Amino acid sequence: MKAIMKWIYHLASPKHFYRIAGKLIPWFGWIAAILLIAGSIDGLFIAPVDYQQGDSYRIIFIHVPAAWMSMFIYMVMATSGAIALIWKIKLADVIASSSAPIGAAFTFLALVTGSIWGKPMWGAWWVWDARLTSELILLFLYLGYMALESAIEDPRSAARACAILAIVGVVNIPIIHYSVEWWNTLHQGATVTKLDKPSIHISMLIPLMLMAFGFKLYYVAAVLSRARNKVLITEQNSSWVKEVVALESGAKNV
Amino acid sequence: MYKVFLSLLKRDLRLAFRHKSEILNPLFFFVIVVTLFPLGISPDKQILAEIGPGIIWVAALLASMLSLESLFRSDFDDGTLELMLLSEYPLSIMVLAKIVVHWLITGFPIIIFSPLLGTVMFLNDDAIITLMITLLLGTPILSLIGAIGMALVVALKRGGMLLSLLVLPLYIPVLIFSSNAVGSSMAGLSISGQLYFLAAFMVFCLTLAPIATSAALRISLE
Repeated sequence: MKAIMKWIYHLASPKHFYRIAGKLIPWFGWIAAILLIAGSIDGLFIAPVDYQQGDSYRIIFIHVPAAWMSMFIYMVMATSGAIALIWKIKLADVIASSSAPIGAAFTFLALVTGSIWGKPMWGAWWVWDARLTSELILLFLYLGYMALESAIEDPRSAARACAILAIVGVVNIPIIHYSVEWWNTLHQGATVTKLDKPSIHISMLIPLMLMAFGFKLYYVAAVLSRARNKVLITEQNSSWVKEVVALESGAKNV
Repeated sequence: MYKVFLSLLKRDLRLAFRHKSEILNPLFFFVIVVTLFPLGISPDKQILAEIGPGIIWVAALLASMLSLESLFRSDFDDGTLELMLLSEYPLSIMVLAKIVVHWLITGFPIIIFSPLLGTVMFLNDDAIITLMITLLLGTPILSLIGAIGMALVVALKRGGMLLSLLVLPLYIPVLIFSSNAVGSSMAGLSISGQLYFLAAFMVFCLTLAPIATSAALRISLE
């Protein structure tokens, strides 16, 4: 156990993280690009037309994965916030704060695509249905997180305050979600999360899964490159950063 | 430990009664906000009875949130809060005493005044009683959750707007269940489910919010 912790601390040291992340980003980025292109082609052209909703249902291939990501990223933020508070691993703070804008962007994307989908379905751009409303509240939680982060000047205490906020938020999300659900049950029932037999046809499930994994890998690539920049800024006075900067600017001059 | 709780309770109550505006201002705010809606929408009896529960609850929510400053601000400014952090007693007990005082000076007067506003908004007798019960269960939740947010922003110079961004999304479940309970009892429906939820949520917050608040205070003051 001790050896594992030591290895984790070693890996989580800014210098090693910077190097390893730099190597991993292209892999995640390219695989994400391939998956997203394949998923888009499959979803937009190959998957069959829905017998009720026609072609307009195809926006779910973006809407649903984006909504999944919006919740997943908030969980990541709360988890890494807790890790940072308990084991004092600085890198976890960096991951949490780099995730917030990406998560907010996915939430916004889910809201926009949801409302575009809603126009032909419900005949209105916005309907106060349970899931759209929960997603909107989730966006507010993200905005609050980012506002708190930018309001506190010292980055260390900003990260710790944000970790507390994210944990409080994550405890409240199920309560908010179910109270909103209870408040209004207008949306169609869940289609994929049923474990026994998914009510979505396999030809539509494949592009959905391609897009979902593509989004997930894109998130990993994006969060790693944001975290890399953050590490450089927070460690700007250490010798290894100066070496890196000298190396890269030297390469440019040649 | 109990002694610390009581003496802090007494001290904060005495301080609040010496600044009477701290008790009266949230109450006036609550009454004025509710008064704005008939003027802005319509004095029609039916419309007001329909939107009344929601409006009274939103006003209570805002009044409680805007008065959160009184929770830690003055103690932070004169350094008392720092001494509390250093003391040998558990911080969460002291925080709980401050939250109870906040509820006594903001939540409690609102409950006392709510029948008046319920009458003005043409709620029937059943609905007014339900309104008081929901306020009794709900306003402590507002103080408890608000304390976490206030503890996070107490060291910031302009925390007011930020505080509302942090706290209001977390108030949503209380708003949903309370105003729904009042509306349902207007229509003569059963409201036990909503009240059970509010009671459960209050106990939940009562258990965890003081701990989260003291963790947040420690971060804000380091």
